[in-house]
Amino acid sequence: MARALIRVPARAKRGEIIEIKALISHTMETGFRHDQLGVLIERDIIKLFRCTYNGVEIFRAEFFPAIAANPFITFTTLAQESGTIRFEWSGDNAFSASESAPIAVE
Amino acid sequence: MRRLAAALALAALVFAPARADDRRSGYDYMSPQTRAMQDDDAANPAMLWVLDGEALWNAAPAPGARACSGCHGDAPKSMKGVAARYPAFDRALGRPVDLEQRINACRTGRQHAAPLRSESRELLALAAYVALQSRGMPIAVEEDDANRAAVEAGRAIFERRQGQLDISCAQCHDQYAGKRLAGSVIPQAHPTGYPLYRLEWQSLGSLSRRLRACLAGIRAEPYDYGSRELVELELYLMVRARGLKMDAPAVRP
Repeated sequence: MARALIRVPARAKRGEIIEIKALISHTMETGFRHDQLGVLIERDIIKLFRCTYNGVEIFRAEFFPAIAANPFITFTTLAQESGTIRFEWSGDNAFSASESAPIAVE
Repeated sequence: MRRLAAALALAALVFAPARADDRRSGYDYMSPQTRAMQDDDAANPAMLWVLDGEALWNAAPAPGARACSGCHGDAPKSMKGVAARYPAFDRALGRPVDLEQRINACRTGRQHAAPLRSESRELLALAAYVALQSRGMPIAVEEDDANRAAVEAGRAIFERRQGQLDISCAQCHDQYAGKRLAGSVIPQAHPTGYPLYRLEWQSLGSLSRRLRACLAGIRAEPYDYGSRELVELELYLMVRARGLKMDAPAVRP
């Protein structure tokens, strides 16, 4: 089970710049490492992170093997309207996780 | 009022003991960026383990068995300050046990479940969740009649030269603390934040893992997980760090 920690301000003023943080637990196995017997450990990474604000994509990031384990993304956006900010991660081995947080804009 | 407060503060300064406590935790040596990562619970990756630990705390390890919360109730209340007192002397066993061993003793003895493997995600998660409840509290491991022999044994290990490099823990962490080993600052080895997230490990790890890594670094044979020597060393380090604030689950470079 993938754990994620997200931080979205519960309320904001219209037009305000808000900071959003998203941290997810994932090994981000590079695919370049070998185990103790010399066998290649298969790549297992998150490949795509998406964030939508009331269904509109506001941020997207592609991840590659050089991204550390438990990737942490932080970015800013403009508070426009009340609603839901949704986070989606997807990657190797059909990995898929999502979280969402409400925001009240006044 | 403000003048009175200032006068009192000045008096406190003047009458403070001449030699202030010069012990510093690993946190004090970190870069502002790594500190910011630890201080923000939304950025501290150790909190991912804490979430798991909270779930495990409230879940029965097997059908019909009691969850941790079944006996201990709410961890924020019942586990407050507990991690700051470990390793603690176990009278039944006649030796000190560390937090992970105590969790496993509870699992096998009370919950009739299989013990959790050292450094497994589950054990680290439970330890992190328990340790979080002592955040900000001073380390309170006391040397007393029961554990004195173990503390002394730990001190002896700390001060004994060992490994192919033939150096002791004390040589680096007492004598050369604050100086650099290659690019990294040598800390004073106060275990305030375990289990902690090491960026180098990209994972949470216990104090045992840290000590084993240090031993391998001086090319000594690392003590086994759960061995008497490791717990004695942990005990001595906690006695040595007594009074410093816990910052578990911490982040370290």
